[in-house]
Amino acid sequence: MKRITTLLLAAACAIGFPAAAQEISYTNSQPLTLPADTFFGMAAGVATDSKGHVFVYTRNGDPTITLGGSRAFAHGGSSLYEFGPDGKFIRQIGKQVYGFLAAQQVRVDKSDNIWVVDRYSSMVIKLDPQGRVAMLLGRKPESVDVPSKPDEGRGNPPGSGAQSDLFQSPTDVAWDAQGNIFVADGIGNARIAKFTHDGVFVKSWGSRGTGEGQFKTAHGVAVDANGNVYVADRGNNRIQVFDNNGTFKSAITTGGDPEAICISPGAHQYLYSSNSNPQDDLDHGGEIYKLELSGTVVGKFGQAGKGPKDFGSVNAIDCRNPNALYVAEAGNWRVTKVALH
Amino acid sequence: MHLAAMAALSLLLSTTAAFPQSAATAAATTPDLPYEAVPNLFQAPPGDTMGELQGVATNSKGHVFGFFRGTHTRLWEFGPDGKFIREIGKGFYGFQFAHSVRVDRHDNIWTVDEGTNVVTKFDPTGTKVLMVVGHRPSQADGPYATPHGPNPPDNNYTLCRPTDVAWDQQDNIFISDGYCNNRVLKYSPEGKFLAKNGGPNSGKGENEYNLPHGLQVDHQGNVYVADRGNNRYVVLDNNLKWKTAYTQFGTAWSDCISEGPHQYLFMSNSNPNGNPPGSWAKTGQIYKAELDGTPVGKFGHAGKLAPGFQVVHMMDCRNPNQIIAGEIESWRMQKFVLKGSK
Repeated sequence: MKRITTLLLAAACAIGFPAAAQEISYTNSQPLTLPADTFFGMAAGVATDSKGHVFVYTRNGDPTITLGGSRAFAHGGSSLYEFGPDGKFIRQIGKQVYGFLAAQQVRVDKSDNIWVVDRYSSMVIKLDPQGRVAMLLGRKPESVDVPSKPDEGRGNPPGSGAQSDLFQSPTDVAWDAQGNIFVADGIGNARIAKFTHDGVFVKSWGSRGTGEGQFKTAHGVAVDANGNVYVADRGNNRIQVFDNNGTFKSAITTGGDPEAICISPGAHQYLYSSNSNPQDDLDHGGEIYKLELSGTVVGKFGQAGKGPKDFGSVNAIDCRNPNALYVAEAGNWRVTKVALH
Repeated sequence: MHLAAMAALSLLLSTTAAFPQSAATAAATTPDLPYEAVPNLFQAPPGDTMGELQGVATNSKGHVFGFFRGTHTRLWEFGPDGKFIREIGKGFYGFQFAHSVRVDRHDNIWTVDEGTNVVTKFDPTGTKVLMVVGHRPSQADGPYATPHGPNPPDNNYTLCRPTDVAWDQQDNIFISDGYCNNRVLKYSPEGKFLAKNGGPNSGKGENEYNLPHGLQVDHQGNVYVADRGNNRYVVLDNNLKWKTAYTQFGTAWSDCISEGPHQYLFMSNSNPNGNPPGSWAKTGQIYKAELDGTPVGKFGHAGKLAPGFQVVHMMDCRNPNQIIAGEIESWRMQKFVLKGSK
């Protein structure tokens, strides 16, 4: 029997079907506690710092549009929270920050700076470990077309691939060992923008499409220890790998249609990829893949759903500890800690 | 405006307008002024944050006012040492989208708001509103369609996204107006219309503007307009009659005229946002010139991190050797001490 299965598997591989990935056993918990009468809304981003503190960027307020002026202006709508390693609430960061409108992602760099990516303000905001604004990339559009479309601003047609240091609905940020900054830009545009550590715009690559170096959406970005850049090409069912200057190297198709990706630190790096279910479909997908950097599948876990062991439209994975992940679920409005066994 | 047209206009603004040819000439021939940055002088109170610093001004006692776009538009007062003192006009009906703050010779504080379309005169304590110029559009009408729609009528008392305010020694009021009109207005000290130059539509000839973005008045009553879209500084006489234009100082985002017997004109060749790699090499510095347009020197450079400039929107130069710059894209005010000059 075993031999037949092996043969069938080999046959499946030979005609292009992916081998059934091994299931990784896991347990879920929700250790993060908020103050009374405070709730997560859409949990967009989660990240840990070197001390094990957990940061969550969430859409949990009303973005306010003000009328009676030269134009309509958008204010507020998202919050950044910090928790201790035990999950206890520590503080809210950036209560008055101009660019906190629609949470998209939060990441922590190797120096424990906190980087927020906001989809509606189209900004990447670097906060120092104390939570003070340290550097800004992109600029919030000055005004909005009611009800919800940001003005075009001084940019370029979305998805054209034009070189600019402004973003349109960016999704993620990552760094290489030298501190160069890579912004996934994102949903409006479909490209990766590279900056030096001090914010000088170097170049960008990618445009909307299905070819090599093109993206449907650039929905996530991660960089390995060698400086290779991995882009979650959501909609094209692949993770594209580039060298540090944006030259296409390969496409990984074993991680589903990636909404969120993460590369763990350490000597042996793993690539996590979430085949997140859309919020209007709980019957397909939802699993997270653990891959070697080459794309070889180590295993997978989870499925779409609302139960305690399910995932609802995962938008972010933190994998500082490769066997104790934090997962932000946009559909289930919660942040889950996942222990892999 | 159609998206395509907007995009075309955007491209035009970000390429043609951003790098005037003549700016390179002035940059090459104007000497660098040695300067020191005073780091981290202006700090927000703990837990609070400044936003896009559109306006910065000092009063006669050295207090510093920052007018910025945070989650809401706010006006903060700092002491001469940079310590936060207080917030002025919290929740004020005339604050929606900051553009400029200036302090007149009587220490009254004036704000220019391009969201509510009003210019407000506060008393020196910031606790009383003494005058409002322009009027806020009605909520019932929804937001004005500008800049997508047609320009509003060229009305003497209706401003449309005004940008700056200044006064002569007789306290007449001068307003640059602005993003949807393209004109300069003069009012009496009591706020009665006296004169204007320019009109609703943009142009590049004499007596025309393409986004008058800032203005200042010297002790003789001459008016210096930062004509941003035309990359020039326009000089008008006190009755707003055209005199001349300076074209060698770059993007013409903002100007400032110092106090004292020998007045200097400071002009910012601000690096705009939305540009391709390499653009910072051509923009970013602040020029110091005589009032007649003769360059004296320049200082500063574009950059995200202090002491770089990330889109200087306004300067205070009450003391010509101590410049305070407000930046859009780095959400900060920085103070610079120019060295080696009297």
